[in-house]
Amino acid sequence: MQSYSMSDTTSEPNSRIVSFRGGGFAPKPLRFVGFIVFAVIISIAEWGTRAGWISALTLPKPSDVLQTFHELYVSGLLFKHLNPSLTRLAVGAAIGASAGISVGILIGLFSYIRSGLVPVIAAIFPIPKIALLPLFVIWFGIDEGSKYALIALGTFTPTAVATYGAVDNVDRTLIRMGQSFGLSWFSIVRKIVLPGAMPGILSGLRVSLAIAIILLVAAEMLGAEYGIGAYVLEAGSLYDLERLFAGVVILSLLGVLVSTAIGVIERHLLGWRS
Amino acid sequence: MDIRLENISHSYDGFEVMRDITLDIPDGRIVCIVGPSGCGKSTLLRIIGGLERPSQGRVLQVGEPPEDCLNPLTYIFQDFALLPWRTAAGNVSLVLEDHGIRGAEARRIIDDVLERTKLLDFAKALPKQLSGGMKQRVAIARALAVNPAVMLMDEPLSALDSQTRELLMDDLISLWERQPFTAVYVTHNLAEAVRLGHLIVVLSRRPGEIREMVQIDKPLGDRQFSDSELEEYQKYLWQLMRDEARAADAELLHV
Repeated sequence: MQSYSMSDTTSEPNSRIVSFRGGGFAPKPLRFVGFIVFAVIISIAEWGTRAGWISALTLPKPSDVLQTFHELYVSGLLFKHLNPSLTRLAVGAAIGASAGISVGILIGLFSYIRSGLVPVIAAIFPIPKIALLPLFVIWFGIDEGSKYALIALGTFTPTAVATYGAVDNVDRTLIRMGQSFGLSWFSIVRKIVLPGAMPGILSGLRVSLAIAIILLVAAEMLGAEYGIGAYVLEAGSLYDLERLFAGVVILSLLGVLVSTAIGVIERHLLGWRS
Repeated sequence: MDIRLENISHSYDGFEVMRDITLDIPDGRIVCIVGPSGCGKSTLLRIIGGLERPSQGRVLQVGEPPEDCLNPLTYIFQDFALLPWRTAAGNVSLVLEDHGIRGAEARRIIDDVLERTKLLDFAKALPKQLSGGMKQRVAIARALAVNPAVMLMDEPLSALDSQTRELLMDDLISLWERQPFTAVYVTHNLAEAVRLGHLIVVLSRRPGEIREMVQIDKPLGDRQFSDSELEEYQKYLWQLMRDEARAADAELLHV
């Protein structure tokens, strides 16, 4: 047998080793890299604001933002703002997502509902929901109702679109299999269509829950004394950059948290994917 | 229970795929349907099992299915059609749940069919962990669980490599010898047809008509790999089909 040498040249005359040209195109998650990027950005901001080549009007000192955040926590105001916001987010997103999933499944299953509702959803989707807030205040009241409605409507459309796309992508041979074994219509939907659509539904939820957080701030523009959105908007109008950034950081963390939670659910529910 | 096909003709949007097929599938026999691609053999199988309506003609069940039969006409698909989110045992359980069979009774049936298909050690494995041959064994176990009167097999071994195919053919033969089942077995592979078929139905190219029926009397258990008698049959079948297959291959597809 011929042995292969590691160098570029071989003992065999007039021959060379075939160079490697495969690999790549397969990104892997490297957790620490994300932290390093955050740390670098924050240190540059800290350095710039301290050294003075970033003016105090452009960006607050990250250490000051942290200080503000600390004060917010110590004074107990943090939870006074966080609690109503989280409730609004949870209630609104739950209503919107469950309505979106139900309607999406119906669109995926029935010709009439599909033909009737797909244009309606296409018409609702591009409307900036924030523009409808005054209307919602009249319809659902200045209290929590209008806030729930705004967040629910904003999460409904992307969830419905993702869900019916996911139902369309369920392997038809599995449905034929269910029919060939005499499974009832309801069993086929519950045991084949729904789990088959789950990957698409969850990736749709990633998008729609991020939209829900955006709309949370919008919802707290009118008639909210407490809430992260109200806090951020108030700081913005007073040009209090430290408080503005402290609020923004909370919203970002909320987004990361929601995304992580969906990741956990995906690992739990979608372990069957190859 | 026998199956009788009476004058089945079928066309898709005015495009004739099969014409006047009359065929008896006797109880306890394996009937293989072979033919060039596009002759409508898979469509015929879907018609037999009620997944598609023929344009003309009808399919009759003659006699009663066995008493504990949950699903008289049961398919085995080419691409296995296993739910990827259920384990091997869960996939079998799926077809029992709708008949209200749960708990100990379900476990007894699942263990029995997994044992018959040599899968007991893989009961908790997900489809993604199983090889192609194993997946098709799970599908066979699932079909056995409903105790079918007739198994409708649509190219069940075509997605497998040739060695796995040999192994599974042996398994099917031993399953049949242990408890003879009725089957309609659609394939384009003549070696499978002569190994497993008591009766081989040769269809012509589109529109598919019955060109010839070949009966092989040699018992399934005596049929060996590269058996000279079977090779004679296979050669004869290929002669019947060759020109049709060539013409079918040269046809344009209508999609």
